[in-house]
This record gives sequence, structure tokens and C-alpha cells, in this order.
Amino acid sequence: MRTPVAYYLMLSGILFMLGTVGVLTRKNALLIFMSVELQLNAVNLSLVAFSRLHDDLTGQVLAFFSMVVAAAEVVVGLAIIVAIYRRRRSVDVDDVRELRW
Amino acid sequence: MPLDNVVFWVFAPISIASAIGMLLVRNAIHAALFLIVNFFCLAVFFLLLDAPFLFAVQIVVYAGAIMVLFLFVIMLLGVDSNVPIRERLLVQRPIAFILGAAFVVELFLAIRAGVGFSTKAPDAFTANEGGNTQAVAKVLFSQYFFPFEVTSILLLVAAIAAMVLAHRRTRAVTQAEIDAEAEDRDERAPAYDAEAAS
Repeated sequence: MRTPVAYYLMLSGILFMLGTVGVLTRKNALLIFMSVELQLNAVNLSLVAFSRLHDDLTGQVLAFFSMVVAAAEVVVGLAIIVAIYRRRRSVDVDDVRELRW
Repeated sequence: MPLDNVVFWVFAPISIASAIGMLLVRNAIHAALFLIVNFFCLAVFFLLLDAPFLFAVQIVVYAGAIMVLFLFVIMLLGVDSNVPIRERLLVQRPIAFILGAAFVVELFLAIRAGVGFSTKAPDAFTANEGGNTQAVAKVLFSQYFFPFEVTSILLLVAAIAAMVLAHRRTRAVTQAEIDAEAEDRDERAPAYDAEAAS
């Protein structure tokens, strides 16, 4: 293991940051959702990197659980987006603002 | 230069470039394809970090199942044929990039203080003895057995929720309406028969 663990953590942080910027700047609900997936994956990478650093499998098990939760989240989120699209013919998040006030 | 270093420096720029590409393209399909590239790069990193089980799961679950679901929904909604998405985030966009850059700087300082940039993982990954999949299963089914069972309930709830949400709501039909429709059909049927006979 010659690559320092900090490189993986840095890469994971940069990917998380790019996901955050995607969530903040995109307006299409599907693209916001994809950016959230990117963030989840970035965190998974740092979990596995820490698992390797501390010689402990707990990090890998946690990453596995986060994948399961992400799968469930994608199913429900996409169903909600499809339901919103059926009602409003749009996936622009600015069109869905009834609950804002 | 050791091999894992080479692989890291080949795939790290690809993963960051694909993430940036996902941010910048306008077409949702292209964004999804960039995200798939990114997921494959992360799978390679899992392999480098001695987690071959997660490597397989990443490709099967993320690149396989989740992204196919995304592409399916994009095709179903036909997003690119939609009205162009208005760009009204002129103020937020630069602020988001500035905050992102600040986040990376802060992260750099935090990693340097917490882990250190020269810290390397131990050469031998003793937790992986007897195979990674077996070792993960041992931890998962002893220490984390209850959370594992809870995730099965979570998946069940998610499957039911998807069916409920995506189901096209139809009006309940009463027996009276069915009878009325049947009567209507009976009234029209003789005329149709007579027409057919002649």
C-alpha cells in the first residue's frame, strides 16, 4: 500500500464538493438527484479508505449499508419525480414551490 | 513507481473530470453517462483499497441497477424534449463555486492536521484474512446482524412506496356504474346484431 490514505480522502472530499456544487447550481430535479448520488459515493470512498487505514472491516460494512440505503432512496426519489412530472409536466424544482411558505 | 500509485494517478483525474463533466453538460443523458464513468473509477479505487466485494457491489448496484433506473426515468420523461431549463441562478452559481473551493481548502487543512499527508496504510490488511467477502460476511452477520435485518425492511418499504407513488391513480368504480354500462351495451347490442345480419 504505497499511496498515502490522505490522497483518497482528498479525492473523496473533492468529489463530495463537486456533488454539493451540483446540488446548489442545478435546477433539473433528476440532475440534483444524480449529484446527491455522487456525494454518497464520495463518502463511501472515504469510509473504505479509513477501513484500510485502521485495518478494520467496519468501514466496508458501513459503505455496504450506505449503498443499500442509497438504492432505496433512489427508488423512492425517482418515483416522486415521476409523480411530480405527471402532475406538472416539468421536473424543474422551481415549479414545485407550494410547500415553501 | 509502485503499481497502485500508478493506477491511482490514472483514475483520480478521470473521476474528477467525469464529475466536472456531469456538472457542466446540459443534457441529462450525458450527465448520467458521466456519472457511470465516475462510478467505475470509484470501483477501481475500492479494488486498490483491498475491498473487492465492494468493487463488485459498486458495479452491479450502482453502475448496473441505479444508473439504469436513472436512464430509464430520463427516457420516460423525455427531459431533453422539455422546455429549456431557465438559468435564474446567476447569483448563486459563483457563490456555490467559491464555497466549494473554500471547502476543499478547509478539507486539505483538516486532512493534514488529522491524518497527515504521508501516513500510509499498513502493508498487510489483516482484517481480510480468508478472503474479503468471507471477512465482510463474518462482520456483517455477527456484529451488524440487526442493522442488516432492518435494511431488509427498508428495502421492502421502499419497494411498496415506489409502487404507491408511481401508480396512476384510477377512480374507484361502483357496482351501479358497472351495471349501467352493461345495460347500455345490451341496448346497443341488438341494433348491432341486426345490422350485422342484414
